[in-house]
Amino acid sequence: MSSKKLKNKVKPTFFKEHQEKLYQALEDKHTTVEIMKDKDPLGTEMILNMGPQHPATHGVLRLALQLNGEMIEKAKLDVGYLHRGVEKIAENKTYQEFMPYTDRMDYLSPYSNNVALCTAVEKIASVEVPERAHYIRMIGCELARISSHLLWLGTLVMDAGAVSYFIWTFREREKLYDIFDQLTGHRFTVSHARIGGVANDITETAMAMIKDFVNDFPQELKDWHMTLDRNRIFFDRNEGVGVLKTEEALEKGACGPTLRGSGYAYDIRKFAPYARYDEVEFEVPTRLEGDNLARYYVRMEEMHESLRIIQQCLDKLPKGPIRTDNAKQAYPSKDEVYYSMEGMIHDFMMTDTGICPPEGAEAYHAVEAAKGELGYFIQSDGTGHPWRMKIKAPSFANLQILEFILDGEMVADTVVIIGGVDPVMGECDK
Amino acid sequence: MALQLNESLQKVVDGLSEKFTDSLLDVYQSSGDTFVRVAAEANVKICRYLKNDHRFIYLSDVFGTDRFTSEDRFEVVYNLVSLRDQQRLFVKVWLPEENPEIESVTSIWESANWFERQTYDMFGVRFTNHPDMRRIYMPEDFEYFPLRKEFPLLGIPGSIELPSSTPDTE
Repeated sequence: MSSKKLKNKVKPTFFKEHQEKLYQALEDKHTTVEIMKDKDPLGTEMILNMGPQHPATHGVLRLALQLNGEMIEKAKLDVGYLHRGVEKIAENKTYQEFMPYTDRMDYLSPYSNNVALCTAVEKIASVEVPERAHYIRMIGCELARISSHLLWLGTLVMDAGAVSYFIWTFREREKLYDIFDQLTGHRFTVSHARIGGVANDITETAMAMIKDFVNDFPQELKDWHMTLDRNRIFFDRNEGVGVLKTEEALEKGACGPTLRGSGYAYDIRKFAPYARYDEVEFEVPTRLEGDNLARYYVRMEEMHESLRIIQQCLDKLPKGPIRTDNAKQAYPSKDEVYYSMEGMIHDFMMTDTGICPPEGAEAYHAVEAAKGELGYFIQSDGTGHPWRMKIKAPSFANLQILEFILDGEMVADTVVIIGGVDPVMGECDK
Repeated sequence: MALQLNESLQKVVDGLSEKFTDSLLDVYQSSGDTFVRVAAEANVKICRYLKNDHRFIYLSDVFGTDRFTSEDRFEVVYNLVSLRDQQRLFVKVWLPEENPEIESVTSIWESANWFERQTYDMFGVRFTNHPDMRRIYMPEDFEYFPLRKEFPLLGIPGSIELPSSTPDTE
């Protein structure tokens, strides 16, 4: 009876089978526990499609919500609108060639993605990375984390009603873009890490800019804490909203700040330290409440910790090469390419064939990106192209929990909950 | 190559070889990661055992690979994490080319839901007892499995309906 009702209500004109199955899945959700209602005399039940083109879904996320009045009875997500098949593309590219694609996955913190790819390739091909490169990577990753969290903060508060915040956080992001411009040569899609090191050394100007940022940013953070930590409207919108209980968080597969907001201190930087994270001091902030406010606190504290890490990296930054000097593993420096025949040949070989991990080797390496555990699984067949590259995208895992935490919430809170989980569709859809 | 397992992973392997002697097909290491290959029929039992007895309480990922061999063509890999022991373990299952099917682990870790849907979408590996076995990235109307090796990089022309540029009008 109910299915007839649904089918009458929706008339898909495009991808018919897909739409019908989605609505069917929405209807089938929780059917074991639900009492089927024969009638809806007041007409309060409706299906609401939110997205894929909706400003508050942070990309092309589509939600099919079954509402009862203003309450979400059940929710289904439809992802894949930004599916570009990067895993397939990866199988047809050399490892280094694939790097620009990683920039476009989580485009809010591209630096972390580059590092994730490089660390995985370095693991499978046993490449040694010089000390200085590790520290430069750490600085880049933490700056990327701050950049990503800034966008999250701006949009979350904007979703909760305060538009000016978006402008404020973007003012700080602009500084970060300028730093990336100096540090890597690009503002947005940086592609700075290289297999075996990084592309270029940190310049004096970049160094000064990072130092300025590290000095000035705490004051901004403090101001934001002052405006939000006691803000009645912000509290009411976020407290107790989108609760992911501690006992459920692991089971549902959450990761990153969303998992830490539910009480698990699962951070790859501590769990399996990569680069030189075991040589710097930092805390992993956690909260027990699991609601949107907890996620807010976790991310705000993470920005403080990132600043601490950057400060320590700047103090410790060792001197030395920034890329491994093995021509079979990494690109030679541009000086060599321009002034020596061998350098030119090696450069050509790296571009043409690239690095070849041993045949049959497999490796998984994860880094803690701004959104959570970002892992690359690589299977090699001995050639310069990966046989299979699987990307474990944190946003994909985190979006999955939306299907659970949206049930029973108010429809007005959906945008805040999506903002709190902080998905990036480029990464989720791959 | 001799295995170099640390204490907790050694316990896991010992426990597995004792309890599931017939189903444990292979244990090997590559680049420092430990892989355990098990028989497809015993997969759910072994996963439940790993979760309950060895505290692999977090399922980080499930994905497929295409080995492109005549036998046991598809591979499903489960990426398990033990927070207590700080360990990562990969459980692998090989499936035949014809009608690859395996029981879902959603009853053990709920997070497997989307991961398995993704594996189905990309490789056509069906998961039985799955609560919501639909494609996830591609639309249902799409007939192919794009990450299989025979699927061309450029796609198949006409395999997917493109949106009309004019709005629907009555």
